[in-house]
Order: sequence, then structure tokens, then C-alpha cells
Amino acid sequence: MACPFRVARALVVALALLLSSPLYAASDAEVAEIREQLRQLRESYEARLQALEQRLKDAEASKTREAAAAPVPAPVPVATASPGSSPASGIAAFNPAISAVLQGRYANLSQDPEKFAISGFAPGGEIGPGRRGLSLGESELAISANVDHLFAGNLIVSLTPENTVSVEEAYGVYTAAPYGLVPKFGRFFSGLGYMNEQHQHAWDFIDAPLAYQAFLGGQYGNDGLQVKWIAPTEQFLEFGAEVGNGDSFPGSERNKNGVGSGVIYAHAGGDIGASHSWRAGLSYLETRARDRDYSQVDLAGNNAQVGFNGTSHIAIADFVWKYAPNGNAQNTNFKLQGEYFWRRESGDLTYDVDGALGLTNTSAYTSRQSGWYLQGVYQFMPYWRVGARYDRLDPGHVDYGANAAYLDSPAFHPERYTLMVDYTPSEFSRIRLQYGQSKTLAGVTDNQLFLQYILTLGAHGAHKF
Amino acid sequence: MTSFKPWLFAVAFSVWAAPAFAALNVFATVPEWGALIEELGGDKVKVYTATNALQDPHHVEAKPSLIARARAADLVVATGAELEIGWLPLVTQQAGNPKVQAGKPGYFEAAPLVTMTEKPTRLDRAEGDVHPLGNPHIQTDPRNIARVAGPLSARLAELDAPNAAYYQARYKAFAERWSAAIGRWEREAAPLKGVAVLVQHKGFPYLLDWLGMKEIAALEPKPSVEPTIAHLSEVLDTVQHQPVKMVIRAAYQSDRASQWIAERAKINVVALPFTVGGDDAAKDLFSLFDDTIQRLLKGAQ
Repeated sequence: MACPFRVARALVVALALLLSSPLYAASDAEVAEIREQLRQLRESYEARLQALEQRLKDAEASKTREAAAAPVPAPVPVATASPGSSPASGIAAFNPAISAVLQGRYANLSQDPEKFAISGFAPGGEIGPGRRGLSLGESELAISANVDHLFAGNLIVSLTPENTVSVEEAYGVYTAAPYGLVPKFGRFFSGLGYMNEQHQHAWDFIDAPLAYQAFLGGQYGNDGLQVKWIAPTEQFLEFGAEVGNGDSFPGSERNKNGVGSGVIYAHAGGDIGASHSWRAGLSYLETRARDRDYSQVDLAGNNAQVGFNGTSHIAIADFVWKYAPNGNAQNTNFKLQGEYFWRRESGDLTYDVDGALGLTNTSAYTSRQSGWYLQGVYQFMPYWRVGARYDRLDPGHVDYGANAAYLDSPAFHPERYTLMVDYTPSEFSRIRLQYGQSKTLAGVTDNQLFLQYILTLGAHGAHKF
Repeated sequence: MTSFKPWLFAVAFSVWAAPAFAALNVFATVPEWGALIEELGGDKVKVYTATNALQDPHHVEAKPSLIARARAADLVVATGAELEIGWLPLVTQQAGNPKVQAGKPGYFEAAPLVTMTEKPTRLDRAEGDVHPLGNPHIQTDPRNIARVAGPLSARLAELDAPNAAYYQARYKAFAERWSAAIGRWEREAAPLKGVAVLVQHKGFPYLLDWLGMKEIAALEPKPSVEPTIAHLSEVLDTVQHQPVKMVIRAAYQSDRASQWIAERAKINVVALPFTVGGDDAAKDLFSLFDDTIQRLLKGAQ
């Protein structure tokens, strides 16, 4: 099949010669000179070729004599072949790494997911167990590459089963920063906590822990700037600071100039012997909300609209510990992770009910609440893992001020037990069965059964810790 | 007392600062390059090896310890050819160390320096864990180690110019010893020529090619896909027609599949160290191949 190309090439060469010949109106003397130069070139190359051939013969002879293939010691500062994969060529050579994640599930829920709520906690973001029956999960498209010698870029788009598109992350990383600094800018999942930076398809359970749902609306992302600093020590120490627009829950869009939210965190980590590795951290988030609305049943049993204006402070302590015999996670491994959340909110709360009285009242509001989860995942043989998780939220102390006349301070402790088993035939596919018993409302138990698949195609993903 | 203090500080400072200035910090992804750097760099380098011989170098996570070490590294030495693709790019990006980013003098890959084999003709994940640039387990042929040593030594000299002569001298000495050792190994391994073997994972094409041995089949149905009974039975069938002497596996792999086939085919299981530290005998690059040859000879009996 090379023939058409060869013909084409011959045509091109012929055409080039035709086009160039009129330009060469050279004199006889010039022609003779060029001939002479060519002859000299040919002779000198022939001599060098012969010398090289002789050296090759000698080298081969000595090699057979020694019966060893050791190379001649190279002279030292030699220009080495540029390390890196062999350069690709063609128009596609600069295409970024592209990958896609496909997900789908079957959910059997004993309670109506439309009525999902977490008693005593003002919800926000994407929370709840999702719809019943068969459905497509979130599909994800990721594109990443080095932009140039200074920046790397990453775009992750989420396509929802409702046929909407959302930009999950779209950020640049400045890769040339000195002193262990890693600046990142754009939209990204915050580095607070442990699980927050992980995408949903990388989680060990199909859904986020209740604490993530109650305090961060599932996952905390923001538009802004992040700077991480890695300490120049053998012990892993990482410090991060972020500023953002503060639009996402527990904050809200406030139509303000300046910075809407701030995050700081510190992580430490390392290995203990060859088999154990760990990471632990502390994070703090401060953001503000304006008219953050949700509905709540009041003392009279009416469905009231309440709106919060004020500041939200969240502190998180997280840890993860991983065990793999000799560091080889192929056959068996174990992972234990837990995070503890504290939240303090202060500001004012507007109570609004469309009852007979059409009452609206605004008064001071403060709350101190907490929650945590602990989960373990054990790979007991290649491809197969089992996991268990326990979630619990503490309604803590809520002071409604004058609104205490209409609203009751929460006393119920939401909790959830979850078990899962998954099968991972390769790095790129996973099938999971999960059972959960969720008690997020007093006296209501939701028995949740999920069957889920996750398929990853395209560029090789990163093995994040 | 006051006159005593500056002196004390000077001592304290030099004790603290000396190790930092004395050595080039090298981050080796796998033990073979860590060992080679030690041969080439002597006491002028401080080597950190990211993985051990009992780990599959492909299945490693970007652990906090690796990020911290990459942060302090002057040079990262990797195999390349996508062996470390799952974790090294993430480690170097998160480390905030511009010196060791791909393409910089502080980043060195070994695979482009050797002739790769088993380049897949069809790039498709349905074929298992295939590597587009060829089989990345290049360290099992000592001639490949020799091919990497020269440019790696040159890189050390480039990064640490004041010690260039030292690196050159060490390289020369190493290259001579290595060349002599290859000759010895080849003589010792002469009886292995033409010996047919099974491999658990396709991790040894360079070793088998060097010693003139023949790979009849792999126990993994596709690269990095765990052996299945169905596939093992097929391999057992093959072995009935084409007798083999032994089945070879790397130290980090489970021995179940090799044992299964060995019992039924009445052949030996040979667990090779695969890299430095893979067994008690393989303490450095020289003893790695001493031990490899001895184990193969024993398996061939």
C-alpha cells in the first residue's frame, strides 16, 4: 500500500526540480566548481566510512574474543539521548491525555429519596442517596496536559444522567515554582480533609459520608487560588492555603468583591517500615452565607422556610492508614480512614411560614455541631475487597434566639451503617455491591441497596494515596 | 563563656549542614537504579529507593513519603516506558520541585537507552496491561545495565560538575568490573542456552534473550491479569507437547499459579530476585545476577 505514496513523493520531487531549475542559471565555471566540491565531499566521506567500518570490524572481533558485550567506557560529559519516551510525531502528538469514566447503578431504597433530609442539619449541595431503580451515574470526562514549561492544565467535566454538564474542576498548576511551592488556580476540589480531593468514582463507597453531606454539601469545590508548600524534610509535611469566591455550600453567592472563603490545612505523612503508610491532617474552612434557604418543620408542624445569613467555620481532623505486606498491595491490603468535623455557624436566621398568620421573624442564630465517620476496606484476595463504614452526626447545640418560639433545637443523632463488596478485575473497571442502613430522620430507617459499575477508559489514571 | 559560643555554633552548623552539601540527593524509582547509582556515585550521592523488590513497580501509590523525598531530590532516576506512569508524574508534580520535572536535567529515564522488545502491535487495554513503548523490565539483562550506566554517570557529572572526575573514575572502574562479570555469567550460564521455560508474568524477555533461553508460555492470560484455571490448563496442554524445564516468577509475585503448574507438569519453580533485594543473596547488582544464574542453573537440572 506504499505505492501511491511513493508515486506522490516522486511527483512532488519532480515538481520541485522543475520549479527550482529556472532559478539555477549557473555558469559553466560554477558547475565545474560544484562538481569538484561534490567529488571532494564524496572522497572524504568514503574515507571516513571505511575508517568507521574498520572500527566496527575490530570492535566485533574483540567482542567475540572477550565473549562479553561490555561497552567501551563512554567519555564522561557526553550528550545523552534525551530521557523521556520516544518522541511521537504527527498532528496528534500534542494531544492531551484524555480519559472518561462511565458509571451506572441500580438502587433499591426503602424510603422515598425525594424526602431525604438530615435531621437537625441544614442541607445543601448534592446530597442524598439519589433516585430509585436503574440509572446512569455521573459520567466524567478528563483532559490534562502540560501547557508549556510553566503550566499544566486539567479539565474535568461531569455529565449528569439528567443531561446537564457541569465543570467539576478546571485548573492550572504553575509547575516551575521554587521552594517546594505548588500554586493551583481555577476551579478545583479543596485540599481540606482526606476524601474531599478525590473524585466520586475513586471513593470506596458509592456515596459520600454523612458528615461530608451535612457539612460540605457532598464535596467542597471552589473557584479561586490554592498554594501548597511541601517542607524540605524527609518527613512529609504539607501546608496549604486557599482563597475562593465562597459560592459553594456552606457558603453562598453574595455578589461581593474580594474573597468569599478561605481554607488552610496541614498534612503530615510517611511510612512505618515497608508495610505501613499513613497521612493525617487538620483543616479549617471559613466562609459566609447569605439567604441560605432550606425548609424545616416548625413546632406547630408547619413546613417553614428558614434562611441563614452569617459565617460558617468548619474544622476537620482526618487520618488514613494503609497496610500492604511489604508494600505489595496486589494480593492483600487494608485501609482505614476516618474524619471528624466540627462546625460553628453564627449570624441570623429568618423564619418564614406561609401559614394562617403568614409570619416572618428574624433573630440571632448560633450552632455548634459535629460529625464523623470511620471506614475500613480490606482486599482479601486479588480483585476482591470488602468494606464497612459507620457514620454519625451530633446535632450539638443550636441557639435559635427569639426563633426558639417556633423552632425546636434538634436532639436526634443521625447515623448510618454501610457494608460493601467490590470486584476490580483491572485498574480500569470495578463492580460494587453496597448495603446501607441509614437513619437520618428520627424514627425512619432507609434500607439502601446499590449495585454499581465504574469503567475508566483512555489515559492511565494516577494512583493517588 | 561568651567567647566559646561562636565556636560551638560553627561546629553545630557544620554538622547540620555537612550532609546536605556533601551529597547529591538521588530518588530512584526501583532498586536496580538505586544500586547502580550507588556504584557510580559512591559517597558523593545519597540514594533513596522508592520501591522494594517485593513490590510491583507498576502498582505503587503516590504516597506522602515519596512526595517528601522527591521534594528534596536533585535527580530522579526512573525506568520510564510507562513503568511508573501510575505514580511518578503525580509524585513529581506534587513535590513542588521544578528540578526533577520530566525533560529537566534532574529527571533521567533508562528505557530510551536500550532496545525495547515486545512493543505491542495493537494498543488496546483488552490485551491486558500493555506498555506502548515495549516491555519495561529492562534490568534483567546486565548488558542493559551497562548501556544505562554511561549516560547516568554523565548525568551525575553534569549535575555535580565539581565531582565530574570522581564520577568518571568510578564509572570506568564499574564498567570494567561489569564487563568482566558479564563474561563470567555468560560462561556459567552456557548450559542454559536453548532451555525452554514458562514465565508467570512477562517480566523476563531481556533475561531470556540474553541467555538464549526460550519462553514457551506465560501463566498470566494477559499481562498483569491473574492466572485463571482455564488458562493454566491450556498452558499445561502446551507443556505436554513442548516440554519445559521450569517456571519462572519474580519475587514479588504470588507463588500459587507457579506451584499449581509445577506440580502437574513436574517442573521446577524458580523464584528469581528480579531486582536488588529480591532475596537474601541479591544484595547488589553483581550478586543479583550471580544469584539469578545460580537459581536458573539449579532449576534446569
